[in-house]
Amino acid sequence: MSIIPILITAAALFSMGIYGILVRRNAVMVLLSIELMLNAVNINFILFDAFLKDVLLQGQMFSIFIITVAAAEVGIGLAIVLMVFRNRQTANLNDFDLLRW
Amino acid sequence: MSWYEIVTYVLLFLMLSTGLRVVLTSNVVHAAISLVLTLAFTAGLFLMLAADFVAWVLVLVYIGAVIVLFLFGIMITRAPLGKNAELDNENKIIPAIISLGIFSSMSYVLLTSFSGEVNVIDGASIEQIGLTLLGRFVLPFEMVSFVLLAALIGGIALARKDEALISEDQI
Repeated sequence: MSIIPILITAAALFSMGIYGILVRRNAVMVLLSIELMLNAVNINFILFDAFLKDVLLQGQMFSIFIITVAAAEVGIGLAIVLMVFRNRQTANLNDFDLLRW
Repeated sequence: MSWYEIVTYVLLFLMLSTGLRVVLTSNVVHAAISLVLTLAFTAGLFLMLAADFVAWVLVLVYIGAVIVLFLFGIMITRAPLGKNAELDNENKIIPAIISLGIFSSMSYVLLTSFSGEVNVIDGASIEQIGLTLLGRFVLPFEMVSFVLLAALIGGIALARKDEALISEDQI
């Protein structure tokens, strides 16, 4: 199995995530797109771990750390979104202009 | 073409199509369910690459916990359910150009830099993963545990409704 199709698929998933971040208006949907990008990075790590036959398993270790940090990030992100929603009754990112100069 | 390659190509195709649906659909719940499918096919790909432990961690943490959080977020923020056009910005041309540019440059670099075959014979055992995680990688492991603790406390402190500090018209 050549590694090129898997690498290209991961790159495509990553750019889909960038498109979702730029085009979505709802804060929860932006978080979903960020998950897509983190997933693409995980695919690359696991692929190169299997490709290089690493004895230290560094690719798998970093994937586990990325998954953990992503879970923490989702928790904090959704807490912030809930906080803003409670105060402003909207989850629309175009209305979050409190810190905009 | 062997069975291994056929299964891997099918998984890659399904991942791409469900991932595209996450960013293109105009229904919030459908986007979350498509993300579940993308992650499930990713776990399948990890199984094909002999990374069993990471695949099951992905299933447990993402499909089990993170998506539930997302669905909670969608329901609590009263995101408009059903089809609606208010979910996206009007300008879709510039994001499409940016993401296509990033995709083409990344593909160019990957195609010119890497080549070769991945031969998956046997993956690492859970015992080996545990020994590595608590041996050489014990410092990042502890750091991640602190990150999780900070996220836990921060999430509770942020989402708690404190009547004395926040009144409705203050912000």
